[in-house]
Amino acid sequence: MITQRNMILLGIAFVALALVPAVSGLFLVYLVTEIMIFALFALSFNLLLGYGGLISFGHAAYFAIGAYACAVLLTTLGWPFLFGFGAAILLSAVSAAVIGYFCVKLTEIYFSMLTLAFAQLVWAIAFKWVAVTNGDTGFTGVAVPGWMDEPVRFFYFTLIVLAVCAYMLWRIVNSAYGMTLVATRENYNRAEFIGVNVRRIQLVAFVLAGTFAGVAGALFTLFNHAVFVENAWWTQSAEVMIMSILGGVGSFVGPAVGAAILLILDRSLAEITVYWPTVLGIILLAVLFFFPEGLMGVAKKAGRKGK
Amino acid sequence: MFNNPVLTFIQLMNGISLGMNLFIIAAGLTLILGVLRVLNFAHGAFYMMGGYICFSLVGLFAGLPGGFWLAVVGSAIALAAFAWVVETTMLRHLYDRDHLYQLLFTFALVMIISDLVRFNWGTNVLSVSLPNGFRGATDLGISFYPTYRLLLTGMGIFVAISMWYFVNKTRAGRFVRAARQDREMLESLGINVGRVYMLVFVAGSALAGLGGALAAPAVSLAPGMDAEIIVQCFIIVIIGGLGSLGGAFVGALMLGLLKSFGVMLIPNFEIVLIYLMMVIVLMFRPWGLLGKPEAK
Repeated sequence: MITQRNMILLGIAFVALALVPAVSGLFLVYLVTEIMIFALFALSFNLLLGYGGLISFGHAAYFAIGAYACAVLLTTLGWPFLFGFGAAILLSAVSAAVIGYFCVKLTEIYFSMLTLAFAQLVWAIAFKWVAVTNGDTGFTGVAVPGWMDEPVRFFYFTLIVLAVCAYMLWRIVNSAYGMTLVATRENYNRAEFIGVNVRRIQLVAFVLAGTFAGVAGALFTLFNHAVFVENAWWTQSAEVMIMSILGGVGSFVGPAVGAAILLILDRSLAEITVYWPTVLGIILLAVLFFFPEGLMGVAKKAGRKGK
Repeated sequence: MFNNPVLTFIQLMNGISLGMNLFIIAAGLTLILGVLRVLNFAHGAFYMMGGYICFSLVGLFAGLPGGFWLAVVGSAIALAAFAWVVETTMLRHLYDRDHLYQLLFTFALVMIISDLVRFNWGTNVLSVSLPNGFRGATDLGISFYPTYRLLLTGMGIFVAISMWYFVNKTRAGRFVRAARQDREMLESLGINVGRVYMLVFVAGSALAGLGGALAAPAVSLAPGMDAEIIVQCFIIVIIGGLGSLGGAFVGALMLGLLKSFGVMLIPNFEIVLIYLMMVIVLMFRPWGLLGKPEAK
């Protein structure tokens, strides 16, 4: 909820992030930039999972659409940055609207599978439409505008985009609309009885989530100077789900925390062991069986005990 | 292309034999999905394990007559045992939870199993040689066709018939069908539903192992083969209808034929066509071609 304490905490987090380039080397600047991009991706996903109770299995699709669109518009078509970036996000939103229109008609396991099916369709197109996406080899050499093509500058650009998007998401989940979305999660039928158009509420959530995922995807393209077809594969959808669960879907910042932990672990463990997936698998099992509310859930409980 | 009857015939046979191999694996997946309501992403990893275990067992039984067949049976048994351990120690504690948690559990399995395979067998591509007596080609009148692929087709049909018989004609099969429809009612009739679940999971996983072992001589064993197969199995199960064996059979045939003819009709874009088919089925008949819509 929007309380003074929460706002202060988020403010501190923002300032702390802003200080990163001043106090650390390039390695950390890169890592934190990547974390911020995936934090945004996870936050967008949690609008569906945590607030809407919608288990989307194809969230990578909108990330990939934003990423590829940004790459193609800036590089192949040579659009000016703001137009290209904006249009990429708009395209993610439109795709999410079209796909979401069909998906929200279904519930539970069928919803999950249709989102997966559409995401795989997006993957197949990215994989096979070689003329545009460069297929299997990936789209490399993205024309990133010169003014942001520098690690520290790009860091601040990402930070500002993340802050704006996170603020918007925060306002959304705390608005009347956000409350209604939670109501549809808690009880579909009861929400319908009191006159809520559940499908429309869910569709709006789907579009919003897809839009912010598109922002994350576009940022990812600019960060990497490249997009790969793996970014649309179902494992990417699984990854964002794991991030959210790890951090805790019951809290606004949980998924972002999950993204940070996952990426930090990935980077630090990759140097020690090649069996990083096993480590991740074991962490996931531990979360599932012992901390189903994720790390933020644990933190909250500890906080309550302390009082 | 259709003006060349021999080529068309060969593609037809390719489609059927691919479809029948996929059916064995997808049948296990649909059985688990229908009864346990668990979307088992690890099913592809079980298939991969089946293939790799078959590779090792073939080496172990090299001297014995019919060594390959022992290895195939051994792989299925090994997967059954593995599934039993997974079910009794972990999975059964998740049945009452949201299906999201079951999904994540199967992810965790995928990650751990693919590492286990990497650790044990390395990342090089491995291959299993064809069993004795199935090395050559058989004359089918129109053209010659690899004997082993004919065998794969036969095995698929055999599995389909035996499963149909088991589910529809035996007492145990009745429990499986009942568990699919109404778990609580079955429980109140005094059936140990937990055990039905366990056995279904074990049997379904054994089918994945069997499918992997049988496919081993026809494909090359490499890391990543699990991710590919699981997506294909999902397509089959979705097209056919969750939990429907007949649906899985039809879906597997459709996918096999679409793959073999799609390559000829629209090279490169056959894969788009396959996903498109899945999307269309889900949009208009989310319960699949042969499934039944769920009562609300």
